[in-house]
Amino acid sequence: MKVLVIVRQVPDSTTNIKIRPDKQDIDRAGVKMVVNPFDEFAIEQAVQLREKRQDVTGVTALIVGPAAAGEALRTALAVGCDDGLHLQDPAFDALDELQLAALIATVVKGGGYDLILIGKQEIDLDSGQLGPALAELLDLPHVGAVVKFELAADGKSFVARRRIEGAEEVVQVNLPALVTADKGLCEMRYPSLPNLMKAKKKPVKVMKAADVPGWPAIAGHLGGTKLHTFQPPPERPPGKLLDGEPDQAAKELVRLLREEAKVI
Amino acid sequence: MATSLESSPTMTNDILIFAEQRNDKLHPAALQIVTPAKALAAKTGGQVVACVIGDTVDAAVGAIDRAGVQAIVTVRDAALANYSALRYRTALAAVIAKRQPRVVLLPATFMGRDLAPRVAARTQAGLATDVVELKIGEDGALDVRRPVYNGKAFCHVAFPKDRLAIASVRPNTFPAASGPGGAPRENLPYAATPGDERINIQEVARAGGEIKDVTEADVIVSGGRALKNEDNFRLLFELAKELDAAVGASRAACDAGYQPHSRQVGLTGKTVTPVLYIACGISGAIQHLAGMRGSKVIVAINTDKEAPIFKLADYGIVGDLFKVVPALTAEVRRLKG
Repeated sequence: MKVLVIVRQVPDSTTNIKIRPDKQDIDRAGVKMVVNPFDEFAIEQAVQLREKRQDVTGVTALIVGPAAAGEALRTALAVGCDDGLHLQDPAFDALDELQLAALIATVVKGGGYDLILIGKQEIDLDSGQLGPALAELLDLPHVGAVVKFELAADGKSFVARRRIEGAEEVVQVNLPALVTADKGLCEMRYPSLPNLMKAKKKPVKVMKAADVPGWPAIAGHLGGTKLHTFQPPPERPPGKLLDGEPDQAAKELVRLLREEAKVI
Repeated sequence: MATSLESSPTMTNDILIFAEQRNDKLHPAALQIVTPAKALAAKTGGQVVACVIGDTVDAAVGAIDRAGVQAIVTVRDAALANYSALRYRTALAAVIAKRQPRVVLLPATFMGRDLAPRVAARTQAGLATDVVELKIGEDGALDVRRPVYNGKAFCHVAFPKDRLAIASVRPNTFPAASGPGGAPRENLPYAATPGDERINIQEVARAGGEIKDVTEADVIVSGGRALKNEDNFRLLFELAKELDAAVGASRAACDAGYQPHSRQVGLTGKTVTPVLYIACGISGAIQHLAGMRGSKVIVAINTDKEAPIFKLADYGIVGDLFKVVPALTAEVRRLKG
């Protein structure tokens, strides 16, 4: 059984976001890049399956991005993925999420992956499109926002718990399938320095646009959205600080919420 | 295989909305997305068409009718009683193929977030998720605005012309629509795609009893590590009960085991956009602000007057939550009589 993990590299969540003067993107100079936190959960789940199950024969980590994205791939290899696939071409920069899904689907189709794991969303654009769109293009069932994953003893199916509003769904799906990981599934182990060094020796296949069958037509028939006019969030007007004893402050707050804000 | 709608000669000017329901209860966000749908339809000269997918959906159809949509298409089948990404994408794609809308709107709920990318890939559309503004641009194509970088910036998304445009709309962004009702109704049969049965829902387990989930509540009372233990969250549950609110928690509080991660608000937790968010003993780490900065009115209660949460708060009380929260509960209870 072969597992594929999709990894995205994103700005660290504590990054101060500055917008470029032309407003067409954020200013990426000096921004610290990390593995997308939701993809970390997916990586750890894949690695745990590899360690616990004889029938899981390999975990491939795939990333789309510039040479610098290789660092995120190396993290995935350092915590236990077996090999990497790096789709690296300036032509891929202009793709939107659905087109990325089409690119990845073309590359992994026929690769014999029984399980594809990916974070439920990427914390830069927060779109959450890639996982379900990839499943659709590969004609796979998917289970989104999974917090618990159990592979059946025969390795042919799994049971997953996923969060929905105020409830949890328990879903049984036969492999092959795609799963998107939510917080709670598992926390990624820390990549140790020796393992980061060893990861440099693990095989990483780099693919250019010219290596992708059917490029660029495969990305031309769907998606095609363009991001523009980045802006800072609207400023909130300065708030009111309420003084006094707890009882007085509480009374005044309730009055303001009823009469001024009109929210209770 | 995907149904091509590209450059479809039969594309109408209609706006199709996915009226999400569970157990024949319409999701409140479904009524909200009718509001931008009407504005778009006024510009395109088309109609607002609602799509309801499920088994028994009479009450949900009645509710969306009263939002003032101009037509309702249902896909009713026992196989659609529970949400399944495969069955619902088949059903919604079939409605799209039949009605040929120019724009499809879904609520950016758990279901909408899960469904929209599949349907967009299947219908070869363009997609933007979690949008907060929508307009038809000068070229006649959809242009939307959405938060990125966990709300630290916004950007616009321009859609290609002559291709179906799909957007999921952030809940609590638009007011619920209302209208005369009496829209004509049409039912389409559910024609299963081979393989639709691959997702088998075994159980839908309601969590937390009578307390609402943070993503579906208009009011959230949220606590941080300052609560000190699980037992002290009782103070927040008491206030939440008076306000018909949900209880949320910071990552620090969840990691410490005071509350389950299902209540976590923040970057790796849930993103919430309630009408009122009351942060108790939460300092306002970026991780937390990412999940709640879209709230309409924010209240902060904290002993540290330098806490970052006060920069975002509309109303703040510098004080001990163990005294302020019970006083708030008592005051709300007193006013309710």
